[in-house]
Amino acid sequence: MSTVTVQLFASYAESFGGPTLEIPFDPGSTVGDLVQSIRSLPGAYILPESPRVAVNRRFASFDQVVDPQDEVALIPPVAGG
Amino acid sequence: MRRSAIVTREIDPAALMAEVQSTQCGAISVFAGTVRDTNDGRGVTAIDYSAYTSMAESELERILAEAQDRFGVMAIVAEHRVGALALGDVSVAIVAAHVHRAPALDCTRFVIEEIKLRVPIWKREHYADGAREWVDPTARGVATT
Repeated sequence: MSTVTVQLFASYAESFGGPTLEIPFDPGSTVGDLVQSIRSLPGAYILPESPRVAVNRRFASFDQVVDPQDEVALIPPVAGG
Repeated sequence: MRRSAIVTREIDPAALMAEVQSTQCGAISVFAGTVRDTNDGRGVTAIDYSAYTSMAESELERILAEAQDRFGVMAIVAEHRVGALALGDVSVAIVAAHVHRAPALDCTRFVIEEIKLRVPIWKREHYADGAREWVDPTARGVATT
């Protein structure tokens, strides 16, 4: 089984204790599958019911299939401005 | 003309106005967001802004493209600053030029509202009592050290 790297930022990086997570990955896995895996990790208490996820720098739906080479990021609630 | 950027230097709204100015336009709308000294009744002394920079740049550019298409502005420029900002510093500036005022004003309003929804930028406020918290517009702040 391969892994996919998930980038973390701001409060999520602090909660999970680093800027990235390596998540086990099956071919055909979706964004929702990755989020489910992440929920079992220490620090996941910070995640809302439906955390926002970006794939290749665009917000992605939970049913989007992820490729191991994709740039995946968990996006905390944004607060620009 | 369209330009957007995530910057680590000071933002100069007057310079942005000069970028979009044209004798064809009768209106330039400027929005500048600045660091405020209170939030929810707590004294704020500074704010650290951070970003997922590559996505913030592309998302900001998409917002400006949408705004240009929607409001027909002839020129639009937006900059958002990241790093350690002091009270009064400009954190974001949006400048739009149009033949007439209404589309220019509507455009800058649209862009700042979309930035607040879509651009992956975060801020951690420093409070007068020494605490620091990530600002979460969807819930209460998360206490950090």
